[in-house]
Amino acid sequence: MSERQIRNMTVNFGPQHPAAHGVLRLVLEMDGEVVERADPHIGLLHRGTEKLIEYKTYLQAVPYFDRLDYVAPMNQEHAYALAVEALLGIEIPERAQYIRVLYSEISRIANHLMNICTMALDVGAMTPFFWGFEERELTMEFYERASGSRLHAAYFRPGGVAYDLAPDLLSDIGAWNEKFPKVIDDIENVLTENRIFKQRTVDIGILSAQECFDWGLTGPVLRASGVSWDLRRNQPYEVYNELDFGVPIGSNGDCYERYLVRMEEMRQCVKIIAQCLEKIPEGPVKIQDNKITPPSRAVMKESMEALIHHFKLYTEGYHVPAGEAYRSVEAPKGEFGVYLVADGTNRPYRCKIRAPGFAHLQVLDHMSKGHMLADTVANLASMDIVFGEIDR
Amino acid sequence: MDTAGLRDLGEHVATSLSDYVFAADVSRDELTVDARADQVVRVLKFLRDDPRCRFEQLTDLCGVDYPERDPRFDVVYHLLSLSHNQRLRLKIGVNEDQPVPSATGVYASAGWWERETWDLYGIYFAGNPDLRRLLTDYGFDGHPLRKDFPLTGYVELRYDSEQKRVVYEPVKLTQEFRRFDFLSPWEGAAHPLPGDEKAGEAGEDGR
Repeated sequence: MSERQIRNMTVNFGPQHPAAHGVLRLVLEMDGEVVERADPHIGLLHRGTEKLIEYKTYLQAVPYFDRLDYVAPMNQEHAYALAVEALLGIEIPERAQYIRVLYSEISRIANHLMNICTMALDVGAMTPFFWGFEERELTMEFYERASGSRLHAAYFRPGGVAYDLAPDLLSDIGAWNEKFPKVIDDIENVLTENRIFKQRTVDIGILSAQECFDWGLTGPVLRASGVSWDLRRNQPYEVYNELDFGVPIGSNGDCYERYLVRMEEMRQCVKIIAQCLEKIPEGPVKIQDNKITPPSRAVMKESMEALIHHFKLYTEGYHVPAGEAYRSVEAPKGEFGVYLVADGTNRPYRCKIRAPGFAHLQVLDHMSKGHMLADTVANLASMDIVFGEIDR
Repeated sequence: MDTAGLRDLGEHVATSLSDYVFAADVSRDELTVDARADQVVRVLKFLRDDPRCRFEQLTDLCGVDYPERDPRFDVVYHLLSLSHNQRLRLKIGVNEDQPVPSATGVYASAGWWERETWDLYGIYFAGNPDLRRLLTDYGFDGHPLRKDFPLTGYVELRYDSEQKRVVYEPVKLTQEFRRFDFLSPWEGAAHPLPGDEKAGEAGEDGR
């Protein structure tokens, strides 16, 4: 038999591909069906958020954070609000803290529903997608009732939250919260012991704890590898240290366990939401300093000073003392951090956004090496990739 | 972690690496360490392996641009120790033509962050195995996050139906780019108003 030249094949995956979870262009070097090298080309959704923020006042920068990880917008605003508050040296009222925690957890459910259901879709299970998105729509309804928009809320602002909740909103969230675990059970029923689902995910894309440290992986990915680390518990912010919740961890660190961790996290979210609804106090929802938060409309009709404050806040904005701060939150995907450098004016000098998905996508090459092409899709889905935050 | 603990840690780092570390200070419950740029890999290795530091994760790496300053750029590393539950910020100052030793040998995650910093600031990382542009377009020219790069950029692109492809053109603004200066002369501004003899007496926060 004569010698034959064997050459690796290069496959271009995306940027328009339903399993690419957005606009990922993945250049795959294949040896038959086996991936030799995966080279993600990102930046197709790059909008220059960090540059734009440098040209906006601190308040005008808030909506950009909704557009990062658009699956769970409020968690991003949260990190930014915490960073600005740290620079200003202010602490927000308790009711605002509870509202923030409540909505962070609603966002977490919305995020995990999206992730689990699209992951199931990617590996061949279509039904959970329909069930999950029905519930996701309801969580977005709660977004709308609090902030006025389903997605781009701009609700967590430095100094508190934008508005107080409508009177019957809390009881409606409570009613939904009681029914929601049934949906988790349903999804679990069709996925957790599903033979096809397990064949596609168990022992696929295993990451050890050490690999997670080296590659900067956080959130459910880190926990699935057996590291009990959750910023809500280890470095509590807002009122998380007053709430009782568990941090689920895995042991194997494969795609299947990342799915299991997210499922259990949703159950813990339900628990946190119930506690928030029970404990939430009455009171103001933003700090009562009109140099930072605007006065109410009603007061503005009568008070000259309030009118001036309003005018100054929405033109010049507030000045933030010079300095730097890094604040992070446990976003559904992992550690979402904001590094702010202030120079004493009304605009951030530098705002670096630390997106968890950025680190998660980076590891794709490492974890997909030697896997089949179809497993790359499972890996990608289990890392919870959203391009808004990766490309910024 | 409490401020006293962070201060102790800062002192420990500063004394153990006295040749490479300029300063360590704590503000807003955060520890910032300034180090020599050419020795950054050694500092990072120490911070990762020393039993009192144990910073297992590189959380973030980014650049900051100060055009008037020498050195022009800061490269900022955020480190997280999961075993001691503490954070640390490491800063080095570099100039445009000065390469920074790559941290990829210490933290694998530094790879993409260094690519991003190279892309956006033009800070060169020597030893990074794959220092291509990351976020900007293929064939992009310039480093967009530098302060002297205009917000609107230099080129815009559109689909040309005659040539049947996307074409790049110099950016055309239908309206002059407006940058509002909302800084009021009463708060925050450093310059005195003409004819305002009392400017110095009232102090800068004479609200």
